Amino acid sequence: MATFTLNINGKTQEVDVDPSTPVLWVLRDHLKLVGTKYGCGIAQCGACTIHLDGVAVRSCMLTVATVGNQELTTIEGLSEHGDHPVQKAWMEEDVPQCGYCQAGQIMTAAALLKKNPDPTDSEIEMAMNGNICRCGTYLRIRKAVKSAAGS
Amino acid sequence: MTLVKTTIGRRAFIRNTSLASGGLVLGFSWLNSCKPRQAAGMAALEMPKEWFEINGFLKIGDNGLVTIMSPNPEIGQNVKTAMPMIVAEELDAAWKDVIVEQAPLNTDIFTRQLAGGSQSIRQGWEGLRMAGATARQMLKEAAAKVWQVPVDEITTEQGMLYHKASGKSAGYGEMASAAGAIEVPAEVDLKDPKDFKIIGTDRKNVDGQKIVTGQPLYGLDVQREGMLIAMIVHPPAFGMKYKSMDVESVKSMPGIKDVFPITVYPEGAELQWSDGGAIPELVVIVGNSTWECMQAKKTLNVEWEGASTLESSAYHDQALNELLNKAPENPARMDGDVEKAFKNAAKIVESEYSAPFLAHNTMEPMNFFAHVTPEKAELLGPIQTPEYLEKTLVSVLGMPAEKIDIMMTRMGGGFGRRLYGTFAVEAAMISKKLQAPVKLVYTREDDMTQGTYRPSYKVRYKAGLDENGNLIAWHVRGAGTNDDLVFENRFPAGAVDNYLAEKHSLQTNVTTGAWRAPRSNFIAGAEQAFMDEVAEASGKDPIEFRLELFERAINNPVGDPEKNDYDAERYAGVLKLVKEKANWNGASNGKSRGVSAYFCHNSYVAQVVDVSMDNNVPKVDKVWCAVDCGIVINPLSAKNQIEGGIVDGIGHATFSAMTFKEGRPDQSNFDRYRLIRNMEAPKEIETFFVDNGIDPTGLGEPSLPPIMGALANAMYKATGRRYYHQPFINDQPPLVG
Repeated sequence: MATFTLNINGKTQEVDVDPSTPVLWVLRDHLKLVGTKYGCGIAQCGACTIHLDGVAVRSCMLTVATVGNQELTTIEGLSEHGDHPVQKAWMEEDVPQCGYCQAGQIMTAAALLKKNPDPTDSEIEMAMNGNICRCGTYLRIRKAVKSAAGS
Repeated sequence: MTLVKTTIGRRAFIRNTSLASGGLVLGFSWLNSCKPRQAAGMAALEMPKEWFEINGFLKIGDNGLVTIMSPNPEIGQNVKTAMPMIVAEELDAAWKDVIVEQAPLNTDIFTRQLAGGSQSIRQGWEGLRMAGATARQMLKEAAAKVWQVPVDEITTEQGMLYHKASGKSAGYGEMASAAGAIEVPAEVDLKDPKDFKIIGTDRKNVDGQKIVTGQPLYGLDVQREGMLIAMIVHPPAFGMKYKSMDVESVKSMPGIKDVFPITVYPEGAELQWSDGGAIPELVVIVGNSTWECMQAKKTLNVEWEGASTLESSAYHDQALNELLNKAPENPARMDGDVEKAFKNAAKIVESEYSAPFLAHNTMEPMNFFAHVTPEKAELLGPIQTPEYLEKTLVSVLGMPAEKIDIMMTRMGGGFGRRLYGTFAVEAAMISKKLQAPVKLVYTREDDMTQGTYRPSYKVRYKAGLDENGNLIAWHVRGAGTNDDLVFENRFPAGAVDNYLAEKHSLQTNVTTGAWRAPRSNFIAGAEQAFMDEVAEASGKDPIEFRLELFERAINNPVGDPEKNDYDAERYAGVLKLVKEKANWNGASNGKSRGVSAYFCHNSYVAQVVDVSMDNNVPKVDKVWCAVDCGIVINPLSAKNQIEGGIVDGIGHATFSAMTFKEGRPDQSNFDRYRLIRNMEAPKEIETFFVDNGIDPTGLGEPSLPPIMGALANAMYKATGRRYYHQPFINDQPPLVG
């Protein structure tokens, strides 16, 4: 066990965990930030996507020891009032079915638009390809990213 | 308006009729008494000071807010929005004033709290309408009493009561207390569908805001004071069982509290169908956190021993083939004389189709929270069959149902997997042993290798055509693992003079269960691909060929028409609609087209697909989908279901498979189990609903089965090869002819 000081959603948080613990489980079990989801544990599905210094990463394979003082952003901290353009577009297009993968999808989309504010259709598909939606809402995901880009 | 007797759902009023006077003021005992709609730009709703329960489905606040309980489990099929819409419609509430809550399991009030068979709306329809309509009637009667006017003169609109002659008006909140004291009417008026204001309009997912902001909604999100995490280790192969383990290897690991084997179903326990796929004995690891349990799981050395045959996929394949080589003792259905017809046929077409086992792979792995003490059992988590879970718990815990509380969380997917609540029973038994609150968590690997798969299937078809290209004989013989596959009374039964349906089931150690659109999820694609081959052999257009058969079934059905479990006119209707919308007979756009139509879960779906091929992988450019599911409650989410079913069907037919060696699954995570991804989904899907005012039928499943056939037929047009074996990506079929 070791103590780590993390910068999460603009706040400093201290946790006492094994250094090998993935950020996913630090968030979910220790900090009760359960918006970031567990899907596969091997960075294949994207359900656990968060931002590390603004870049989309899979938190299930990011160990707490490697974070240092980089800024972590989770779905809970993407916007103060749930009104990030991507979140608004997700609501407007009524994207979710079961909804479980959508936090990861939204975090991937938000990171894409930060880097590339006006992506082409194929850039959107490529960027979103690492996030599995078992319900098959891919068409609405594309539409929502497109409309968030335009807003 | 239609006057109906309030028979169905009367149990919903048990508590209400026992009231002597005045409305029943309730605290919020049910989950999530949270303020909804706290998004920016949307004012948070002001909560009422008092709630008045009108019946088990709804309560009205003194300020006019209405809380509607959504009785059925929510797995992504969006009943949590649609079911309350039906209540709100008949109540004549304003949708903006409605708060939706997930109801707990309560068999005193609700019937069929189950997510399965695409039946929530179809079977809930009447009861939900009555719940709203009786409440509205009680509000009207309350207002009539207060205003001293005849009840017939009172009208309602958007949560308001009006007496036009006297100019009096009041909000529902003002009359809610008085309405609670009104006797439940024996008869109520239901609206004429043409007067619907909420049903048939686009309404957004009631949990949408919580989903996009990452609020706790799912079973895996449950947190409780003092809660322990439990994980299981199950046998690595089907046909193996627990022998022994080296507990010491992990007991001292950080955060680990306990390690023990557990018999989930004690001897003599009364099991339900929902206990299918249960593993009798498991190893349990209990700890403080998920990651610590996962580490112990990797380290723990468990010894397993053989219990029965260790089956491989090659064995399943061979055994299914052997079954298909022989006729079963009795046919499932026989019309005319197939053998004779084949002898006289001018042309015969024969083909065989197959598909592998599939895992459900809900994105949220199996999990459940349980807190069992000698006094009571509290269960909370993702379950499609809470009522059956309760029955099993009564038996395994030895506790009366009154002491067992079951609450459903929103589920990260179902697809049939959570019909089988063995994981919830496991959680309960682990909590009982520990006498502590426990959340059981499956890893993805546990989830994918546990079993309860979609069965593997094989089917052979043989069709005979006369010299004019008319279908004169049809023979289907199908087999599946623990499942006999063939629906003998579905199309083209009733449309062919000589018809023979035969079916076999192969008992296997690999456990199987219902997977989105059971059996239909394979047989529809096979049948519709075969139909395409037969149509081609007949020299007719594939849609015209099918329409001729429907004409036959309408005008002069073969055999007892009561036996045919489809309505040929509605079937033909969706085919005609999709033909028109896709401009089937129009100029070619250079794409390869396939068509398919199927009936299941009481609904009719026809699809046209345009594809192009890229290295043996189909790129789906567009899907046109015509659907007849009667009245559509919420077109916005209904289309989402249709789109999802299409993506799901294309994905599994193209990419996915579970295979086995010596009883061990070859796939255990998404690195080796391929699911469809964003780039592989169709570029466009256009959905068209038939507007016929018929009572609503299933929607969560029916769009999946036919797409597999439409896809195979379009791929044939693109490549000149027929695709017989799923997943198509592994199928390297020879060129036809």
